[in-house]
Amino acid sequence: MTHTANDPLLEEITGPTPGQLLRKRVFGHQGLLIGVIVVAILTLIAILAPLLAPHDPYAQDLMARMKPPVFLGGTWEHPLGTDHLGRDYLSRLIYGARVSLLIGVVAATISGLIGTAMGVAAGYFGGRVDAVVTFLINVRLAMPVVLVALAVVAILGGSLTVVICVLGLLLWDRFAVVMRASTLQVRQREYVAAAQAIGASTPRILLTEIMPNIANNLIVVVTLEMAHAILLEAALSFLGLGVQPPTPSWGLMVSEGKNMMLFEPWLVLIPGAVLFVLVLAINLMGDGLRDVTAPENRS
Amino acid sequence: MFDGQDMTPPTLEIRNVTKTYSVKQGLMGKRKPLTAVRDVSLSLRKGEVLGLVGESGCGKSTLAKILLGLEAPTSGQVLVDGQALGGQNRLELARRIQPIFQDPYSSLNPRKSIADIISLPLRIHGIGDAASQQKAVRDMLDVVGLPARVMNSYPSQMSGGQRQRVAIARALIMKPEVVICDEPTSALDVSVQSQILNLLGELRREFGLTYLFISHNLAVVEHLATRVAVMYLGRIVEETNTGDLFDASAHPYTQALLKSVLTPEPGLGVPDTQLGMAYPNPIDPPSGCAFHPRCPRATDLCKQRAPRPVPMRDGHVECHLHDPETPMFERS
Amino acid sequence: MTDVLLTVKNLTIDIPVGAGTLHAVRGIDFTLNRGEVLCIVGESGSGKSLTSLAVMGLLGKRIKCTADVMDFDGTALLKASAKQMRSLRGARMSMIFQEPMTSLNPAYTIGDQLMEAMLLHGNATRAEARDRAIELLEKVGITAAASRLSQYPHQLSGGLRQRVMIAMALMCGPELIIADEPTTALDVTIQAQILRLLVDLVREMGMAMILITHDLGVVARVADKVAVMYAGELVETGPALNVFQRPLHPYTRGLLQCIPLPGKTERGAPLGTIPGIVPSLVGQVSGCTFRTRCSEATPACRDTIPLHADGPHCFRCVHADGQRHDKKESA
Repeated sequence: MTHTANDPLLEEITGPTPGQLLRKRVFGHQGLLIGVIVVAILTLIAILAPLLAPHDPYAQDLMARMKPPVFLGGTWEHPLGTDHLGRDYLSRLIYGARVSLLIGVVAATISGLIGTAMGVAAGYFGGRVDAVVTFLINVRLAMPVVLVALAVVAILGGSLTVVICVLGLLLWDRFAVVMRASTLQVRQREYVAAAQAIGASTPRILLTEIMPNIANNLIVVVTLEMAHAILLEAALSFLGLGVQPPTPSWGLMVSEGKNMMLFEPWLVLIPGAVLFVLVLAINLMGDGLRDVTAPENRS
Repeated sequence: MFDGQDMTPPTLEIRNVTKTYSVKQGLMGKRKPLTAVRDVSLSLRKGEVLGLVGESGCGKSTLAKILLGLEAPTSGQVLVDGQALGGQNRLELARRIQPIFQDPYSSLNPRKSIADIISLPLRIHGIGDAASQQKAVRDMLDVVGLPARVMNSYPSQMSGGQRQRVAIARALIMKPEVVICDEPTSALDVSVQSQILNLLGELRREFGLTYLFISHNLAVVEHLATRVAVMYLGRIVEETNTGDLFDASAHPYTQALLKSVLTPEPGLGVPDTQLGMAYPNPIDPPSGCAFHPRCPRATDLCKQRAPRPVPMRDGHVECHLHDPETPMFERS
Repeated sequence: MTDVLLTVKNLTIDIPVGAGTLHAVRGIDFTLNRGEVLCIVGESGSGKSLTSLAVMGLLGKRIKCTADVMDFDGTALLKASAKQMRSLRGARMSMIFQEPMTSLNPAYTIGDQLMEAMLLHGNATRAEARDRAIELLEKVGITAAASRLSQYPHQLSGGLRQRVMIAMALMCGPELIIADEPTTALDVTIQAQILRLLVDLVREMGMAMILITHDLGVVARVADKVAVMYAGELVETGPALNVFQRPLHPYTRGLLQCIPLPGKTERGAPLGTIPGIVPSLVGQVSGCTFRTRCSEATPACRDTIPLHADGPHCFRCVHADGQRHDKKESA
């Protein structure tokens, strides 16, 4: 049948590899691209803070308090004005990005490790392990995060480390729930049975057969929990129980600005707006990742 | 114990295997035992193909899982070449018995390349270096009729038939003695099904493989199997060579199964199997012969006493109708 | 006596996909008389289910469906309003799906779901609907019908659920039943029972049935008329007896050779095969779509393919008898 060799209907194994497909989907997803770009820019700013900040974020200048930002008639000396202690608002904002991102990343990593270990174990082994994990998840869900965090911080005193640890130890519930469900689903797949029948060890099956197939869900939960942790830190700092002054934190800046809110609303609006943009970008990224990593053959 | 002609032990032997699960009924229900496989014995000689047929829930998949070491039997033994496998380690079992699963869309890890999937057994068992593993994979692809360039492809790029060929390559790369085929073609289109069946037949001749071929498609079983075992509610109710079973089946259940085969011959109409509707609930099996509620020839004896296996021709049957000790008036 | 119930001419279904258009069904024609069973048989992706959904008017808005004629007893189905279609569906034509568990709503009792269609179409009181439900459950062979009405779908076995689905499809006394792989999810023994039941009911009530399946065995035993579908086209249609005894299209012949026949095919001998895979139907599709897998293919297969008719038995192939006679010189 040589005459069919270059027939357009003859389609063999020429479809895209999963990698190519992923690339194509990533670059076709606007929300994901916007989210990733914004998060990347903010991360770069946080890393390069000492180079970018025009002033020392801790340096007070009582002669130059409450200077308005340029768009409200201020000068380029302090593009976003100064706070009630005369500290440069832009510099504090830039350094505040470090705190927010650090808390987001570290808290999500700690809770991710705890929750994934629990969820995968529960989903894979089932039986008693599952019963214990499900019980722990229910116990955890019955605790109000903010109140527990407040109580712990009130006892141990607020600091960056304490806030990170508290959030890391509290936010694993969604990881555990989602990883348990995905593992349950994946372990029904016959390739898991095939690997067992080949003689693969349990750790190997978990690492090479289960994990790669639930990683997409994990990434989505990581982004959601990062956003969650950043917002919680801001809330704790606003209440005075998170990061302690004079460390620059966006939540703290809102809190410090709230007394002047009626006279100088920008003190609250500027850190509030960056917080909003960061959390929105992370959520866009998470939604986008969920869309592009959805199992094959889903249009 | 062995008969005079053949002193070698069977390639695969199942001795009195029973598997009981404990099942909870309802939210507050008590745990009840469910016997999926009840005291089953089977033996397979080298090169034979044993077709295992029965309705869903009869225990054939549980039996396959036991043979693959995915489930431990509650009691009984599995022997390969006369050696019991219970105490041996998983790797030894894996070398000798390999599965081919039903759904090639679920049996291949979508995140792995074809080369990775096929070479996994070699890597787990630490056979050869990377180069020789690559070569083994290439040879195996050739054996199952796939071009070597698919090595770097992924399952999502392949059709169902091609995926099933990959699954076969993975099962055979360790040169196992027994292959458990669990409905290997039921998820495939008709035109692809025959290719895979032909391939399985060729491979058996070429490598001297022994198959346990589980299927609900009796026409396929008739074509491929040398022996057939019919399973009902955890028991093998009839077992003999394929010719005898299809030409003159003894058990009423086998007869009903054979009747229900729909061959593409027009004008014959849909057969009346004369089976009652419901397959019994395995948690609450009927008294006596488990088949009596659906059996058109059931008698009072069938309701009271379970039949014993009676040797018949090349195998055995479990039915009062064929037990010489059953009173004559009951048998008529 | 021909009492035509459904006429379909040049039915075409296009589905927009990412880059282009998937030409899922391309210009198919068939007619169905009252009291007749038409089997549409084809492999996955042949467009057989889409065809049935098009008749029911259940294709989504995204899918473009056109036809020269699609006439159900005088009603042009493609021009009918949504309201007209709703009053047809369930009342005069109804559908049975493959998986009875997902097609029955687990939150409602069997009785509620059975009576729903009848109450919806507003021509019965609750008591009448209940009586009809019991009558039909008995007809489909369910014992203790009255007590089943208060049961939920999960309390029934697969075979019983499919019987309930059939009873549900019959509630309003439809003239047309479309059954999409009604027995694929069932055991062989149950399959035979359900098929017998369906065929008997169709005969007894004078309905017409379109049965969609991939199983040629089912087709041979059930069909009056057969339509063999490949890659969105009907390649061969005709009375079941003709098609099975004298298959003319190479695809039909190939399919029949793929199936082992107990007692006829030699045990262990290689079965016939159809090499290759179904072509992609995205973008331009021309000529015979089976040519890439066909042992009779010639260069002429890329052109428009004529339809040959031998009485009611039609097939679409460049070769007048479905076979190539110049095997040596071409290629």
